[in-house]
Amino acid sequence: MESAEAEPSDSRPEEDGGAPYSGLPPPEQPVAAAATMEDCLAKKMEITVSEAEKRTGRNAMNMQETYTAYLIETRAVEPQSEGQCVPVDSLWRRYSEFELLRNYLSVTYPHIVVPPLPEKRADFVWHKLSADNMDPDFVERRRIGLENFLLRVASHPVLCQDKIFYSFLTQEGGWKEMVNETGFQLKADSRLKALNATFRVKNPDKRFTELKHYSDELQSVISHLLRVRARVADRLYGVYKVHGNYGRVFSEWSAIEKEMGDGLQSAGHHMDVYAASIDDILEEEEHYADQLKEYLFYAEALRAVCRKHELMQYDLEMAAQDLTSKKQQCEELATGTVRTFSLKGMTSKLFGQETPEQREAKIKVLEEQIQEGEEQLKSKNLEGRDFVKSAWADIERFKEQKNHDLKEALINYAVMQISMCKKGIQVWTNAKECFSKM
Amino acid sequence: MINQYKFEDEPELKDLFITVDDPESHITAIETFITYRVVTKTSRGEFDSSEYEVRRRYQDFLWLKSKLEEAHPTLIIPPLPEKFIMKGMVERFSDEFIETRRKALHKFLNRIADHPTLTFNEDFKIFLTAQAWELSSHKKQGPGLLSRMGQTVRAVASSVRGGVKNRPEMFTEMNDYVETFSQKINVLDKIAHRIYKEEREYFNEMKEYGPIHTLWSASEEDIADSLKGVASCIDKCCKATEKRMAGLSENLLPILHEYVLYSDILMGVLKRRDQIQGELDSRVDALANKKTEKDLFSEEIGKLEDKVECANNALKADWDRWKQNMQCDMRSTFTNVAENNLHYYEECLATWESFLASQTVDLHVEEDSEERP
Repeated sequence: MESAEAEPSDSRPEEDGGAPYSGLPPPEQPVAAAATMEDCLAKKMEITVSEAEKRTGRNAMNMQETYTAYLIETRAVEPQSEGQCVPVDSLWRRYSEFELLRNYLSVTYPHIVVPPLPEKRADFVWHKLSADNMDPDFVERRRIGLENFLLRVASHPVLCQDKIFYSFLTQEGGWKEMVNETGFQLKADSRLKALNATFRVKNPDKRFTELKHYSDELQSVISHLLRVRARVADRLYGVYKVHGNYGRVFSEWSAIEKEMGDGLQSAGHHMDVYAASIDDILEEEEHYADQLKEYLFYAEALRAVCRKHELMQYDLEMAAQDLTSKKQQCEELATGTVRTFSLKGMTSKLFGQETPEQREAKIKVLEEQIQEGEEQLKSKNLEGRDFVKSAWADIERFKEQKNHDLKEALINYAVMQISMCKKGIQVWTNAKECFSKM
Repeated sequence: MINQYKFEDEPELKDLFITVDDPESHITAIETFITYRVVTKTSRGEFDSSEYEVRRRYQDFLWLKSKLEEAHPTLIIPPLPEKFIMKGMVERFSDEFIETRRKALHKFLNRIADHPTLTFNEDFKIFLTAQAWELSSHKKQGPGLLSRMGQTVRAVASSVRGGVKNRPEMFTEMNDYVETFSQKINVLDKIAHRIYKEEREYFNEMKEYGPIHTLWSASEEDIADSLKGVASCIDKCCKATEKRMAGLSENLLPILHEYVLYSDILMGVLKRRDQIQGELDSRVDALANKKTEKDLFSEEIGKLEDKVECANNALKADWDRWKQNMQCDMRSTFTNVAENNLHYYEECLATWESFLASQTVDLHVEEDSEERP
């Protein structure tokens, strides 16, 4: 599993490059530290989450449960065989397996901003939407979200090369066991689970502090936006649907009018069209909300990287502190001076000094520990520097992706509004014509 | 103030222009009330002057309406705004209430002025021209209370017996029409209020929506402009919604309300016609068995028959006129609603299209700079 770990070094052993996946054509160039955009798995393989199915089964406690299974279809993209039909491989996975995959990736690549999964439970719903996980609209949007997740991982220069990820897509049986065998859960730092626990870091990296602050702001502003958007959608729905009441009244009224009748009747029809049009409009907007939600969750992933760095820094500082105190102890024992107060020192003063032999032994132990500590500190420092380097590279990549995606999302939103306005203009132009003929 | 409402009959020959404005509060030891200024401009010979300015309170309008109903029982007298609307939870002297009432009173007088018969009513003229003390003394001159009570008693008595039995087909049709119309117009009134309420709630949420994007732009660099652009678009659409709401409350809501009141008036007019018919019918029935005295009462019967014929003709003519006006009002009001909505969507469309144009220009600039080696 060494090749899957975070090794940001510039020279990657050749045997790990080339074609790690059997059956696929080798890339044109030798693989660099991370796959370039062209070498990403996403370019070599078509990945879709094409179907969702309700299943019933027995859970760990042998109780019956209902869950949804998703069909992942993959097909190799081979430039040579243009005319030929490439076979599609497929397997079923459920949401919990996606979660397992993501946890594995988060732990194994702590310096990477790992793409987020779509929400577990329907959140930011407005009244017409169901908060039920089994609701077909929710399942459909989740299917799209899961496909998006897989495509994000497959286009990531580092993550796409992961073998566990590849097996997730291609190996139906025994995948769970394979993941657990990596022992990644042991690597997972339980301290990270305490989301809000603060580690007092003496020399925080300013860039990471700023980034963590940004991720908090991003989370806060996007969730506020999503909440208000849901309320706006609710109100817009109300405005449109109330107009639908015109249709029936106009129709009934037209029955008693001779000259006005036709105008009323046809105007009523257009009001029905108007009222019905909001359903499609808001469904499309839901996809926009999902785009924003992805970055809401991405903010969490960003924050996680900052936290891991914080923890690393903390461990480093603790180790350095420990080393310093051991060195001090050693010095004191060697020179006999007590610079700092210690209970041991006091008791030995009160109850008599140690023998020189005892002191020698202590010094020896400390010197060994100091040497160990210095090596550890050296490697921790190196680890830290590598982490910062590769994390920052991925953060830059993420920032560019985020700016591109969000700008595109905002443009899409404008396009949706324009379409809604055009529909409104058409309906009311028709209605106006009918009214003017009354 | 220009009379905004066109009427089918001879708009070019309009020679009486009335405005109602300038509500003023009066506080006395006994009560507080509002007066409105009524300005009349006219070229008619019957008027001594060409311009009059008087102040009237709601009570005076009520008096005018009852005098008109008395003089023309089968004419459709325009509706007055209600005394006090409890359900709206609007305070009696709130600005909103007073303004709504003022507009309705203005409408009321203008509708009378445009009516071919009512416009020449003497009490109407006095209402428009008399000073306050003149009006109060004139009010006291009306038919005595007792005789008015007598009329009411007779009216009630004859209504018990009907006037429905010999009712001509045409008026039964009118009755059926008014029943259905009344139902539908009441429902429409409710729908319109519902729409206004929903639009207001939408407006309230939109007010919060734009600023969030501006807040977000503060923590971004690259996409700050796009976010600010979206914020500005949403704010503009928000203002456009406000305009749309104003259009509803200025046009559709008052007109629908007026016609809700009209439907009650129509029911009343048809009843009064039936009562007049009832008077004739009951007299005829009473004398049916008294062959000898028939000649004595033939004049009385003749007068009653004339009364019925007059009432029927007046009502028929006024009915046709009312229907024409109603059609005209509905046509222009709903067309106006459609126009309001069109303006709203056109304004929003322009806003978003200009935002989109600004964004795609940026994209092209970016693409160009990427292509350069």
